[in-house]
Amino acid sequence: MSILEVKDVGKRFGGLQALSDVNLSVKENSVHAIIGPNGAGKSTLLNCLVGKLIPDTGSVMFDGQSVLGRSPYEINQMGISRVFQTPEIFGELSVMENMMIPCFAKRDGAFRMHAIENMMDEKDIVERAEHMLEEMNMADKRDMHAAAMSRGDKRRLEIGMCLAQEPRLLLLDEPTAGMARADTNNTIDLLKQISDERDITIAIIEHDMHVVFSLANRITVLAQGTPLVEDDPENIRGNPKVREAYLGETA
Amino acid sequence: MDAIILQILNGLDKGSAYALIALGLTLIFGTLGVVNFAHGALFMIGAFCAVTLSKILNLSFETIDPNKTDFLGNPLKVKTPYVESWFGPETGAALIDWSVPLAILFSIPIMLLVGVIMERGLIKHFYKREHADQILVTFGLAIVLQEIIKYYFGANPIPTPAPDAFKGSFDFGAAIGFDPNTIIYPYWRLVYFMFSVVIIGGVFAFLQFTTFGMVVRAGMADRETVGLLGIDIDKRFTIMFGLAAAVAGLAGVMYTPINSPNYHMGMDFLVLSFVVVVVGGMGSLPGAVLAGFLLGILESFASMREVIDLIPGINQIIIYLVAIIILLTRPRGLMGRKGVMEE
Amino acid sequence: MLGLNKKDTSLLLIVVVLTLFAPFILNPFPEGSAMAQFNAGYPDLMQRFVIFGIFAIGFNILFGLTGYLSFGHAAFLGIGSYGAVWMFKILGMNVLPAIVLAVIVAGLFAVVIGYVSLRRSGIYFSILTLAFAQMMFALAYSVLTPITGGETGLQLTLNDPRILGASQTAGGNIPVPSLFGMEMRSSTDLEIAGWVFTFNVGYYFSALIMILAFYLSIRIFRSPFGMMLRAIKSNQNRLSYTGLNPRPYTLAAFVISGMYAGLAGGLMASMDPLAGAERMQWTASGEVVLMTILGGTGTLIGPVLGAGFIKYFENIFSKINDNILHQWFAFLPDGLEDFVVFIIHPFIGKGWHLTLGILFMLVVIFLPGGLVEGGQRIRKAIKGKKADDTETAKTEPAE
Repeated sequence: MSILEVKDVGKRFGGLQALSDVNLSVKENSVHAIIGPNGAGKSTLLNCLVGKLIPDTGSVMFDGQSVLGRSPYEINQMGISRVFQTPEIFGELSVMENMMIPCFAKRDGAFRMHAIENMMDEKDIVERAEHMLEEMNMADKRDMHAAAMSRGDKRRLEIGMCLAQEPRLLLLDEPTAGMARADTNNTIDLLKQISDERDITIAIIEHDMHVVFSLANRITVLAQGTPLVEDDPENIRGNPKVREAYLGETA
Repeated sequence: MDAIILQILNGLDKGSAYALIALGLTLIFGTLGVVNFAHGALFMIGAFCAVTLSKILNLSFETIDPNKTDFLGNPLKVKTPYVESWFGPETGAALIDWSVPLAILFSIPIMLLVGVIMERGLIKHFYKREHADQILVTFGLAIVLQEIIKYYFGANPIPTPAPDAFKGSFDFGAAIGFDPNTIIYPYWRLVYFMFSVVIIGGVFAFLQFTTFGMVVRAGMADRETVGLLGIDIDKRFTIMFGLAAAVAGLAGVMYTPINSPNYHMGMDFLVLSFVVVVVGGMGSLPGAVLAGFLLGILESFASMREVIDLIPGINQIIIYLVAIIILLTRPRGLMGRKGVMEE
Repeated sequence: MLGLNKKDTSLLLIVVVLTLFAPFILNPFPEGSAMAQFNAGYPDLMQRFVIFGIFAIGFNILFGLTGYLSFGHAAFLGIGSYGAVWMFKILGMNVLPAIVLAVIVAGLFAVVIGYVSLRRSGIYFSILTLAFAQMMFALAYSVLTPITGGETGLQLTLNDPRILGASQTAGGNIPVPSLFGMEMRSSTDLEIAGWVFTFNVGYYFSALIMILAFYLSIRIFRSPFGMMLRAIKSNQNRLSYTGLNPRPYTLAAFVISGMYAGLAGGLMASMDPLAGAERMQWTASGEVVLMTILGGTGTLIGPVLGAGFIKYFENIFSKINDNILHQWFAFLPDGLEDFVVFIIHPFIGKGWHLTLGILFMLVVIFLPGGLVEGGQRIRKAIKGKKADDTETAKTEPAE
């Protein structure tokens, strides 16, 4: 049963055909990696999924509903959460507040005017946020400024914020880009744990083959804006077309 | 038909002033990335350069005329400007008469200096700060500059006439084949328009044909890369700031015969010039000029009796209305580059 | 207490005490003494303190929390004033309906202007609000004269209907604004030794409303709504990708702060029943920006401090003249005395705006957090000597 269906998606920027005839199907509870050389259109594709861009042609269905033409916040409310390449968090807010915001979004929807209540009196939200912080091993950083944390911690927090919403699909955009080896391995372990323990689908855009083969159970290779092949990791490894298009380039 | 031509002409002088101020504003925004709320103050300082020069030229000493007496029978005191005693009565009187055009020469070094001091002393430290901070600090500076001028020159407008040669009006209608006296246009406004065309042309030529200008344009497009080439872009940007200040100042100098300068003229023009920049497109030089003239002319059309009767008050708000519509439908402005502050 | 934590409660109490005892606090010098000119405890000035305090508290809810810098907020103040004066003309001199109408009308305008302006952010938002305010100023000044009184402003006349009151008093005068019979302008003097303290109805009425407004702003700051607003300032992108729609949040903040401005405008008209277009000019909008920044953007107490500070010094500085300066510096040798007076002269009296502009620049350059940050720095410097600073890593909640 596939949760995300991308059909015949094409996107053009001026003279550049960034995406053409992209077909992609992400199965529920899988870890699906989308890989490809620089300029293959990975980020464009991702932006089409989350509402940042609208494709010129084709359709994107999430759980049987089209996401096209919806704002990022609406798509998020449908159950898609996104982790950015550089961690996007609320730097000026405390870690606890960072965690509370997605909890509010989950409970109250896109907008609710609760301007008089004290936020700390919202027991269910506080509890949930504290629980998530513990799960992310960040309970000790509760009162810190989020901006003051290390990059690895920011990444953990961002992933935690996404999980707090209990999304059905988690999109990750090169989550280990620019990370040291140790941090990368920690992130891999975290993601593995998430996919094992939760009822969640993960789609990951990645450059780092080590990350891809440690995590993914399905891989789509994108080249020049169009899918080259979609298969299981073992088959991708041996596929000569992939080697030519991808590995040959990055060596 | 003649009414339309008249309104276009009427719009030209205000449009010229908008275009000149907006040109500097957008140049500063495009090169330095700074939103300068003190730019109107530069326009005002220019105008007061003209006032100052006219005051200097009018400095007089008193002599007693032995042949005449006043009505009380006392000897009559006669004021003679120094320039008349130095250069002879005729040259001196001509100097005084031509004080506004002469102020062009007088104001250029002053405006350049003011601009460079402003950039080195204050603006430079705000390149990396948020736009809100830039707005705030230059807003403070604008208040300071305007209060200094108010302190020295008082709160009342100071009439500064054009040279006698340019007083009176030109019968434009007769010149292009309409009935005489249908399209009458004051000479000085014509001078102002031509002057602004020359200045705008000069700025564009400078940016287009000199290596200095080329580097600045490259810097506007991509500051970091130009910096990496080992070109000291900062120094050039300082000079650009001085240049923008000089352009605003000259616009002010020449505007004095049209509108007697007062201390708050800068603020009045600033708001409108900002609107002009936004309509033209942030960082777009041709856009600023085009929008300046366009809005000036539009404003003068909106001031026509027939239009006001139809929509009362439209002349007061037309520019803002256009700006609001442009911002909402085409945020990058008429000629702005795609992606520049489009959010 | 009142749903606030300990720290906020004490902050509220401080504000309550300061405002209720203001007639004493602001009049520290005995009548007739040389320093009496620095007394600020007279009704007119005290009213301005609290009214501009309300204005700044409201502005801070928008600018301090969301970071959206409005340069047209004075328009709402002006609208509030017009609304209130119209209520005095039509309905009667009771201030309550006037203030309610002021708030409602300002709120309605804020909905429209906010809806349009908030479609853009950053400098574009500032320019849009500025354009709207200038437009309204221009209209109020010219074509809307039947509604606004144009250049002369909107004033009460003896012919106003005042359905629920009298068009004129028994003595044939225009009645004055009042609250169920208590006239806003009436005062009681209390003389103790050489001191004279004035208690004014209008001041206490405004002060009570300011305390309420301040309390409400604390609640907003500590509410989930307030947190969302801070999140918008911090990272609007993340907020959208967390399933929250920033636009209704910013619009709500804009409308609330517009209503605060309308409230201030209504109160202003209640103290002195006239309204003029100059209240809407963009320099007036600049002034409230200035108060907020000077006090401390995004802090609770900052805007109140900033408003008080600016209105106090505006009053004091404009009153100092050369004679007073000569008295002060009389101890200096004659030549030096004249020189010092000459140097200071541009900054006093009518030169107050010059001082204000310089102050403004200095604060933006050196003390972006305003007076509150200044206070914190001083406190830290003192503490730092006594004990090791252990709380640097922790967040300092907005005070």
